[in-house]
Amino acid sequence: MTILVKAATLPDGTRTDMLVRDGVIAELGSLLSSPVEHVIDADGLQALPGLVDLHTHLREPGSEQSETVLTGTRAAAIGGFTAVFAMANTHPVADTAGVVEQVHSLGVEHGYATVRPIGAVTVGLEGRQLAEIGAMARSRAGVTVFSDDGKCVSDALLMRRALEYVKGFGGVIAQHAQEPRLTENATMNESALSSELGLVGWPAMAEEAIIARDLLLAQHVGARIHICHVSTAGSVELIRWFKTRGVQVTAEVTPHHLLLTDQLVSGYDTRYKVNPPLRSDDDVQALRSGVADGTIDIVATDHAPHPAEAKECAWDEAAFGMVGLESALPVVQSSLVDTGLLDWSDVARVLSSAPARIGRLSGYDSPFSPGSAAEFTLYDPKASRVFDASDLRGKSVNTPYLGRNLPGRVVATVHQGYPTVLDGELVDVERVAASAAATRGR
Amino acid sequence: MRHLVSTRELTRDEAIGILDVAEDMAGVAHREMKKLPTLRGKTVVNLFFEDSTRTRMSFEAAAKRLSADVINFSAKGSSVSKGESLKDTAQTLAAMGADGVVIRHSASGAPQTLARSGWIDAGVVSAGDGTHEHPTQALLDAFTMRRRVHGAAARGKGLDGLTVTIVGDILHSRVARSNLWLLTTLGASVRFVAPASLVPIGVESWPVEIGYDLDAAIEDGPDVVMMLRVQAERMHAAFFPNAREYAREWGLDDERAARLPAGTIVMHPGPMNRGLEISAAAADSPRSTVLEQVTNGVAVRMAVLYLVLSGEREVRS
Amino acid sequence: MAARTVLQHADITRALTRIAHEILESNRGAADLVILGIPTRGVALARRIAQNISSIEAVPFGVGSIDVTLYRDDLASQPTRVPAPTDIPAEGIDGKTVVLVDDVLFSGRTVRAALDALSDHGRPRAVRLAALVDRGHRELPIRADFIGKNLPTSKSERIMVRLEETDGIDEVVIES
Repeated sequence: MTILVKAATLPDGTRTDMLVRDGVIAELGSLLSSPVEHVIDADGLQALPGLVDLHTHLREPGSEQSETVLTGTRAAAIGGFTAVFAMANTHPVADTAGVVEQVHSLGVEHGYATVRPIGAVTVGLEGRQLAEIGAMARSRAGVTVFSDDGKCVSDALLMRRALEYVKGFGGVIAQHAQEPRLTENATMNESALSSELGLVGWPAMAEEAIIARDLLLAQHVGARIHICHVSTAGSVELIRWFKTRGVQVTAEVTPHHLLLTDQLVSGYDTRYKVNPPLRSDDDVQALRSGVADGTIDIVATDHAPHPAEAKECAWDEAAFGMVGLESALPVVQSSLVDTGLLDWSDVARVLSSAPARIGRLSGYDSPFSPGSAAEFTLYDPKASRVFDASDLRGKSVNTPYLGRNLPGRVVATVHQGYPTVLDGELVDVERVAASAAATRGR
Repeated sequence: MRHLVSTRELTRDEAIGILDVAEDMAGVAHREMKKLPTLRGKTVVNLFFEDSTRTRMSFEAAAKRLSADVINFSAKGSSVSKGESLKDTAQTLAAMGADGVVIRHSASGAPQTLARSGWIDAGVVSAGDGTHEHPTQALLDAFTMRRRVHGAAARGKGLDGLTVTIVGDILHSRVARSNLWLLTTLGASVRFVAPASLVPIGVESWPVEIGYDLDAAIEDGPDVVMMLRVQAERMHAAFFPNAREYAREWGLDDERAARLPAGTIVMHPGPMNRGLEISAAAADSPRSTVLEQVTNGVAVRMAVLYLVLSGEREVRS
Repeated sequence: MAARTVLQHADITRALTRIAHEILESNRGAADLVILGIPTRGVALARRIAQNISSIEAVPFGVGSIDVTLYRDDLASQPTRVPAPTDIPAEGIDGKTVVLVDDVLFSGRTVRAALDALSDHGRPRAVRLAALVDRGHRELPIRADFIGKNLPTSKSERIMVRLEETDGIDEVVIES
């Protein structure tokens, strides 16, 4: 398949045409129209390397009423993503080679995005016994990231063993930092507001205590560690300090923690219930600075779909989580680009090359160079819309942005050299699957 | 008044208005005919997801004195305990034609969720939600204080200058929260006295003085001392060592009660743990308003039900 | 909006004096009499009538007020009304002749509510009705025993009764 992209603006600001042929960017420069299958007029559009989400919940197997690999990767594509790392808390848990291979192959088959399963650290996410990390790493899924996300590996000795063990396979542990005893029944940021609302508080230090402990562990055993969804100013400080000491730590922040604060909880609107919880404005500002100065390496969505009934209930009874793939880039633009903290080459780093490097995902290290993998998205940063449910492509609508004005719009996404999104709409399932199959034959 | 789910949102005029209507309702209790036709044909559902016989009886008496039909819906043994959601329950009640829903729920904010959900058009009255608020308890407490202070001339008056000390498990108390917002709105000044482990985070930003020493608080001679109930399960969660130490440090025993100024009243929302947070003598003394609170509770709830259920209902589009 | 004054201070005073005499005449004195005003302005009128009676007869009798808010049949179609105090004399109304006093008699629904309220307070021997103005348009089989002035009106007109006690001036105005 051949695609000609006319007059796109690259992350470094240069304007160029691009010819995509056989899954790679074949030519750049001022190109004449030759017979191609698709011509995309990218005048005024920002080209970004295919976005990589290190933290997605695809829910398959087990909770297909919330999301499937197909619907989740469609949501990813419309959000400009070409690769997602699928969290392990499925039913059954992704703690064996069998489950991760199944998830991986569904991604290959559907063809909307690369699906890299994340393996569980412990059997059944129960925090007692290490899962078969080696088997998952050596499986066809090639698991590189291990996480009990949703649950913290709270046992210090078990965490030490996991950090040590995974080193041998070149993997990384992604820790969900939440001290369990300090957060029993907790549902929102602990603050004067949680006290007023009568909700059990989730104190910032319950995250920071685990991060401090784990960074000491990582330092001691010389292992890589990744911190999921950092949410507090104190966590940013800790990570910044440990990085100056040479600890191999990487960290992520979610789009919602960059934009929303705990004050939104005051009406008990369950769409704002998420774990870790929305924090104070000071935390939001510290997280933004953390991304700007490189303390926080990446933005990852923590896309967490839930069926309507899991949110149409009393606050305490509602599920934690928000969908985020479709809104991630607009929220990053709003919180980091439009505020002058990042330029588009920084966005390319925090949403593509850095997460790919952490997850050992190849093809993302030198985007837009001749011969590089054709994984990119074309984005109109000047567009603006009131976000609503029709902007979502996954199965669930638990987004906190309904009714909010968000900038930007993904116009096209190209994965493995074929389009998954054209003219702002998903390419249909059969055509994408056929394109993907053709790619495998190549 | 469309709903009553919090005292925080009441203005001073609204709060005094409710207390004044409650004065009218209280008069009914002294007549031979203790019933008004006001809410004839209206249906009030007592939706209790959490057991509370006293509060339910009080609301039931209030609704019946106003001639409303009362349906009691208790979660125990019902479909709710079999996993039916608040939404389904609400829609069922709407289909039955409930005009008012009195809701008690262990989840903070459940009354707000119900009021704003669009699942049901009925007026929603909170009968206590989680550790959030218990607005009618605060209103009946304020009503009781106002009557003790102003007697028959209470109408139209606030609680200006009154000093109120609330003692006990502030952290988990919806009564303390609702009272704080209401009493300060009415001009009183409030002090919380509690073990430091039972004081919520962030209270520095609340309009309240915090103390840990009950004896010092008594020394200051407050106009009102309100003792909160201690839940047994708090002991197991290590909020304080044991009942003996709690009673010694924060219990209103005979000796402490004797040191209170003659005019100080002693309140308790009930049910009491005699010998723990309050001694029997203190609970039964003339300064105790425990039974007045129960009586006034019916009048205040009649006022709230009247104000929520009369008037033009806004029609949802 | 056109407004015309139909009764002034002197007219109102004369009417209330006459009503006091008529009450005494029909009741054959002030014994066992209870005058109850319907809030808001009926209460002030009841007090004035009671004063007039006292200046004629030395026999003590009851004066008070009876609020009808909680007995109305239009609670669901009107904005919420705040009740006014009810003040029944300590000797009660059982076996007495109660005279209800209101400012304007119109549909009769307020009086209907007052009769219901009254029956919850006791069993009077007889109930009479006094009104400063009767403007017609009755919707219930109710009529006044003592009337200050009959004022035939159209239904679209409004009658405003203002009294010194509540409004600082004595007058009755028709607005159309």
